[in-house]
Amino acid sequence: MSIKLIAFAVGLVIANSALAQPAQLEVNNPWARATPGKAENGAAYATIQSPTADRLVSASSPVAKKAELHTMSMQGMVMKMRPIDGLDIPAGQPVALKPGGEHIMLMGLNEPLHEGQSFPLTLDFEKAGPRTVTVTVEKAGAKGPDSAAAHH
Amino acid sequence: MARTPSTAQPPNPSPKGSPRFLLIAAILAGLVILGTGAFLALSLRDTPRGAAGTVLASAIGGPFQLVDQNGKTVTDSDLKGRWALIYFGYTHCPDACPTALNDISIALAELGPKRDTVRPVFITVDPERDTPESLKAYVTSFDAPILALTGTAEQVAKAAKGYRVYYAKHPEAGGDYSMDHSSVIYVMDPEGRFTASFTHESTPEQISERLKKLIG
Repeated sequence: MSIKLIAFAVGLVIANSALAQPAQLEVNNPWARATPGKAENGAAYATIQSPTADRLVSASSPVAKKAELHTMSMQGMVMKMRPIDGLDIPAGQPVALKPGGEHIMLMGLNEPLHEGQSFPLTLDFEKAGPRTVTVTVEKAGAKGPDSAAAHH
Repeated sequence: MARTPSTAQPPNPSPKGSPRFLLIAAILAGLVILGTGAFLALSLRDTPRGAAGTVLASAIGGPFQLVDQNGKTVTDSDLKGRWALIYFGYTHCPDACPTALNDISIALAELGPKRDTVRPVFITVDPERDTPESLKAYVTSFDAPILALTGTAEQVAKAAKGYRVYYAKHPEAGGDYSMDHSSVIYVMDPEGRFTASFTHESTPEQISERLKKLIG
């Protein structure tokens, strides 16, 4: 475990020195999963990167009554989903909202989300302020923003 | 358990029934459950025929009576005759449940002509919101022909207990709630015996490879 962590940390350092940093906070590859049937809740994901430390504090979208920051965690084999107050974005380190971790929970969808459609999502950051991005809807259960790449 | 900062903590006699005793009992119970899960996961990894024929085969599963997405009564005996992949979840779950059902769909597609020998089953842990109608709309979004089951709170509790599935309602602001639940895919053989299990870490490829070995 600790070796994995060290390798991960080393990887981050290498990645950071090799990649050019964005000049300002960026929200990349925003995507959501198509919602099965009449499911009232959906999940949206994105990768956030900022040259300076920031914090994602809230989200909103016209497609849902409310959007909350949630985290999904596995405790043993038990899945738990909990709202979180905010998500720290460390300086220079990309933070990925992805299945199995943090996500934007879209609660009370006005319409089901269909694969191929897109919709606006506004993420509010403590310092960078609001950022509105266009979210692409992928297949229900997709694991990434590009369903073809997600299945190898 | 308010603490008085100025005085030293008195020795706790820990009689039976005290909060500390209950806490220790709860931790021990938790360790037993985790240990069992880990044992199952480890012991089943490499055996070609899984748990069939071992003591584990009867430890998971058992009788249940539920209703499917078309309103038809389904019991454990109706699942016999084909392999079954059983997952407990709920339709308001935006993350773990679609992932599991999508993984199952991909794994079954990779079985090719043998895909029909395996029946994917989704059993809700949220019967309060998951009616047959909502389940029907939910599972048709996935590629595999999933049998979706709900029932009364008691019927669901009985099925979950048989499969050693934990679930609990977690209230959220505004009257909404999420469900904490065990996220495990169980493989049952055509005689209804527990054979193998997959976790959220299993990939569709791993699931299909294992199934190919099991169904032969």
